[in-house]
Amino acid sequence: MAGLTKTKPTPPRWLLAELTYACPLQCPYCSNPLDYTKYQTELDTDGWKRVLSQARKMGAVQLGFSGGEPLTRQDLPELVKHARDLGYYSNLITSGYGLTEEKIIALKEAGLDHIQVSIQASSQELNDHIAGTASFNHKKEVAHLVKKHGYPMVLCVVIHRENIHQMPEILAMAEELGADYLELANTQYYGWAHTNRDQLLPTKVQFEKAEAIAQAFKEQVTGKMKIYYVVPDFYEDRPKACMNGWGTTFLTIAPDGVALPCHSARELPGLDCPNVKDYSVAEIWNESKAFNYFRGTEWMKEPCRNCDEKDKDFGGCHCQAYLLTGDMHNTDPVCSKSPNHGVIQDAIDSAATSALAGNEKPLVFRNSKNSKLLS
Amino acid sequence: MSINPDLPIQFSRTHRLQWEEAQQKNVILYPEGMVELNQSSAEILKLCDGTRTLAQIVSDLEAAFSTSGLTNDITAFLEVALQNGWINQN
Repeated sequence: MAGLTKTKPTPPRWLLAELTYACPLQCPYCSNPLDYTKYQTELDTDGWKRVLSQARKMGAVQLGFSGGEPLTRQDLPELVKHARDLGYYSNLITSGYGLTEEKIIALKEAGLDHIQVSIQASSQELNDHIAGTASFNHKKEVAHLVKKHGYPMVLCVVIHRENIHQMPEILAMAEELGADYLELANTQYYGWAHTNRDQLLPTKVQFEKAEAIAQAFKEQVTGKMKIYYVVPDFYEDRPKACMNGWGTTFLTIAPDGVALPCHSARELPGLDCPNVKDYSVAEIWNESKAFNYFRGTEWMKEPCRNCDEKDKDFGGCHCQAYLLTGDMHNTDPVCSKSPNHGVIQDAIDSAATSALAGNEKPLVFRNSKNSKLLS
Repeated sequence: MSINPDLPIQFSRTHRLQWEEAQQKNVILYPEGMVELNQSSAEILKLCDGTRTLAQIVSDLEAAFSTSGLTNDITAFLEVALQNGWINQN
């Protein structure tokens, strides 16, 4: 495999196994690619086991079973058991849809370490609207069962303009459900969220109000519940240190076996992301063009190249640079030093105009019909 | 939050302490996170098995490493561990 040979990269620590793009929910901020219906072939059980073994050997230890909805894979308990035998700490990232007490027990016996359940809102009406599926009561039931069977319970709520006003109720719900961890994930605008940004992006005032409420709650529950707050980077003036640096820590394997340096990288043109059916994980991680592409600082243009913060944020997010400026080599436009920074304010203004217009476009839900239309 | 000297200390059931060959160190694993431990921290946590109190952990480690005067360091570390939820006393 052709590749740049430089100093040996640090090994992967986190493996995100996107087992499938199939999902019974239709969340309009899904991070899966818009054209996910093009990738119908899924790695088989042996293929996944091989990937888990190879990545573990390199040093990967945190493992996320994700998707789509990973519960749609009938071999999930078998993969969980394989992961446990290898010494992974495994996380199931699920909508909870289709999870029964029997399955929760079987997965625990197979060696699953934790279950992260997503809830879309604090009210049934809004949850079921955003999820595109009646699921609220079942999700709450699942959260109780996860807790009952001794898993650390991680509740994940994605925050956007339709539910940000519910912040106090969302926090109360997390407390009522006995969450050990609460992930408040401000929507990141890739994939479907990028398409729906005008309808999802809150105003700065809304963000600040919600953040203040979450911050006060965080202090109140110290020692009982941990809060992970994913910042809304459109309202920051420096970019996030995306993926802790490209090809340093995170490895995502898409359902069809394509290896990605981040779960959105499939959107980037010309990366030629390799497939685990063709190469070993070590070859992909160490030698492939895709994983070496943004390693280090040599790829940088100005203003990153001579910036004294380049080792802190690594130039930010390449997917955001691509989606908002058309060139993945540009500085993440979230950075106020970026000559393209104005596109962020344009996006904020456009969303505010859309919110005030009163005749908003409907949300484009994530489903096969819309995927085919948008491909 | 501080250590109760009368109660045994137990490593959290929702965290995992394990040796990582690739990193040549012990780590604590928990949902979406990992803490790398130095050798002395790992030795302390391994004794948090739900039977030993603070004083017993101190005396066991002092005996194991043929030293004395570890009380302050071990107490300080265990207070941090308690605040992070790595150990509990229930």
